[in-house]
Amino acid sequence: MAELKKEEKIIEIVNVTKMFDDTAAVEDVSFYVRKGEFITFLGPSGCGKTTTLRMIAGFDIPTTGKILLSGKDITNLPPNKRPVNTVFQRYALFPHYNIYDNIAFGLKLKKIPVTYVNDKGETYTKYQKLTRKEIDEKVKNALAVVDLEGFEKRSVSTLSGGQQQRVAIARAIVNEPEILLLDEPLGALDLKMRKEMQIELKEMHRKLGITFIYVTHDQEEALTMSDTIVVMKDGKIQQIGTPTSIYNEPANAFVADFIGDSNILNGTMIDKYTVRFCNHNFKCVDDFEKNEKVDVVVRPEDIKMSDKKDGMLVGKVVSVVFKGVHYEITAIVGRSEMVIQSTQSRNVGDVIGMIIEPDDIHIMKKAFTVNKYDGYITKKNTVVFGDGEFDCDVTTLYPGSHLDEEGYLITANGEKLDLTDTDVNVEVDLTAIEISDNAEEGGARGHIVSLIYKGDHYQYIVRTEENEEDFVLDTEDLWNENDYVSVKIKPENIRISLKQEIK
Amino acid sequence: MVRKILSIALCVLVLLFIYSPILLLVVYSFTDSTIIGQWKGFSFALYGQLFRDAKIMQILFNTIWLALAAAVLSTVLGTAGAIGIFYSKRKVARPLQAVSQIPVINAEIVTAISLALLFSVVLLYRTYFSLIVGHMVLCTPFVVLSVMPKLKQMDPNTYEAALDLGASPTQALFKIVIPQIFSGIVSGFMLSITLSLDDYIITAFTKPKMFDTISTYVYNAVKNGTNSSTPALRALSALIFVVMIVALLIFNLRARKPSKTAGGNQK
Repeated sequence: MAELKKEEKIIEIVNVTKMFDDTAAVEDVSFYVRKGEFITFLGPSGCGKTTTLRMIAGFDIPTTGKILLSGKDITNLPPNKRPVNTVFQRYALFPHYNIYDNIAFGLKLKKIPVTYVNDKGETYTKYQKLTRKEIDEKVKNALAVVDLEGFEKRSVSTLSGGQQQRVAIARAIVNEPEILLLDEPLGALDLKMRKEMQIELKEMHRKLGITFIYVTHDQEEALTMSDTIVVMKDGKIQQIGTPTSIYNEPANAFVADFIGDSNILNGTMIDKYTVRFCNHNFKCVDDFEKNEKVDVVVRPEDIKMSDKKDGMLVGKVVSVVFKGVHYEITAIVGRSEMVIQSTQSRNVGDVIGMIIEPDDIHIMKKAFTVNKYDGYITKKNTVVFGDGEFDCDVTTLYPGSHLDEEGYLITANGEKLDLTDTDVNVEVDLTAIEISDNAEEGGARGHIVSLIYKGDHYQYIVRTEENEEDFVLDTEDLWNENDYVSVKIKPENIRISLKQEIK
Repeated sequence: MVRKILSIALCVLVLLFIYSPILLLVVYSFTDSTIIGQWKGFSFALYGQLFRDAKIMQILFNTIWLALAAAVLSTVLGTAGAIGIFYSKRKVARPLQAVSQIPVINAEIVTAISLALLFSVVLLYRTYFSLIVGHMVLCTPFVVLSVMPKLKQMDPNTYEAALDLGASPTQALFKIVIPQIFSGIVSGFMLSITLSLDDYIITAFTKPKMFDTISTYVYNAVKNGTNSSTPALRALSALIFVVMIVALLIFNLRARKPSKTAGGNQK
């Protein structure tokens, strides 16, 4: 990683929001870029990373918020007045110019201050265009940087994708910008070319010493090249950090899932430095509140396979895929799936043990807003989840559908469906769950294992006995720990959605 | 074999059907008779008459300057319009483009009468102004129509790239956008010239009283059947036909050249 001696902020984004019609592409984003660093915006398509870049370039103006360049407000400055240059995703070379004219385009427009002394000995400054010789020399240097010497007279259409990309880079850097913006510049290249260009771009960054702001959806590209990564999702920043910290200590389940392969599991802290998931207690290095619901991340390469009797977890292998350097083995543990990367192979159907070291367990705070369960529909059109059976409205699965007298679902198109055993995702809000003393009343039963006072209400966790399923709920009523209660949920408060379309 | 002969015969028949009237006109332009269909022996007499007739020469001049003026103005307006529509928000662009194409599908006579009405209201009826505006109304939509696809083919990032490299919006427009859509502008211009040259209806409704173009003059001259008072018009029509053919050939040959070298540019 490059050493950043100066902590000078070259770009500062302050509470920037960008609305397109009624949707926010970027929502209240704030961060800064240090001078000389290679920073990458990483996220899935539609996460707002390109919009953020376009606002720095000046093509889009923030709806609210400010953009500062070296402390100066440039929010409303047009792109031609900003000392930044952009490399576009699909090159955007000028097809009616040859390579020389493409690269010289910015130079020919540029006016630089030149100081003269007149007859009276007074100095004065005139803005002058660059001379032909100066332009020639700069174009030649830029072509040398991108390894395209001698291409001046070629037309754009005779170049390959990789060469066009290099011209686009040369066209941007020839203007000696303070910041180079790169919008998925390698997206249109094939894998081998992409790997080469990654190394070359990194090398260019080192040589030129200017700030690179890079946009990509390719996590590997981001990890390889960046000093700093900004992970974005739905217009919001999820995490900012070095590649190592983002890989090893993802801030939430989204980041863990997006960066590298990972097993993300639901867990509960049962004690200091002890987390329970997959029905086993693991030692870990993160300290969270007792009984807190957490997301547990285990990287596939950190799971070691062992004999059945030695394993902390025991699972059955359901698939083995050879990936070149390693095997990717998927094993089922209880109801969870574990992905393991190992240089050793196993056979499908083998029962294996798994060992996970405390260091390799990363625990993240769960942003707990809703209870989520895997459930299925019964013959009676009720839904089973969380060790209980609840009434629900199955017609919400198909818009415009209704039930006939025999309990079959008739869709809007008149199709007749039998929903029995259909797998569904179930969501229940924290405030939609009621608990009662009467064990016969509700759909599921369990003990209260945790209560936290949250200012104006209590948050309880009710844990069932059979599969240790948890119901998290908010209520103003006071209960005691270890009370045995039943869980009631009104049918309209159970949100169900199909796992997959029924054929 | 029989099928081949049949298909060739059919092609010849169709072409004959299309071109025989024009061929007839060209043939009869080489004989000196007042009535079409009467052959008085081969002569260039009509061509001689044509170039000596000061009135016809004046009319020819009128027609050409009108076509050039209308085409230049329509091309500027139409190109600006197309660029404006292209860079508008989609909500605005769609209805704008639809509205801009109404004159294309509207019956020309309706356009002509509306123009005549409008100009009589503003007291500019039958002036050079009404004539040129009338022709612009005719041509501009076709310029929009021929420039639009070129804009859509263009990589929209090239304009932004120009701004990014320090060009002002005006510089970016003239250095980057216009050159990329230039072939569309040229074909819009050519289309305007041909439309204006042979337009009768709008010209008849908007022209000043003492002004004539070839269309209006010929129409008045042959109003009473084929017994034309000025047989030299046959020679003029034949000439116009030949000039048009030559222009078309040149234009098509020129258009073919760049597409050959740009073959590798298609994605």
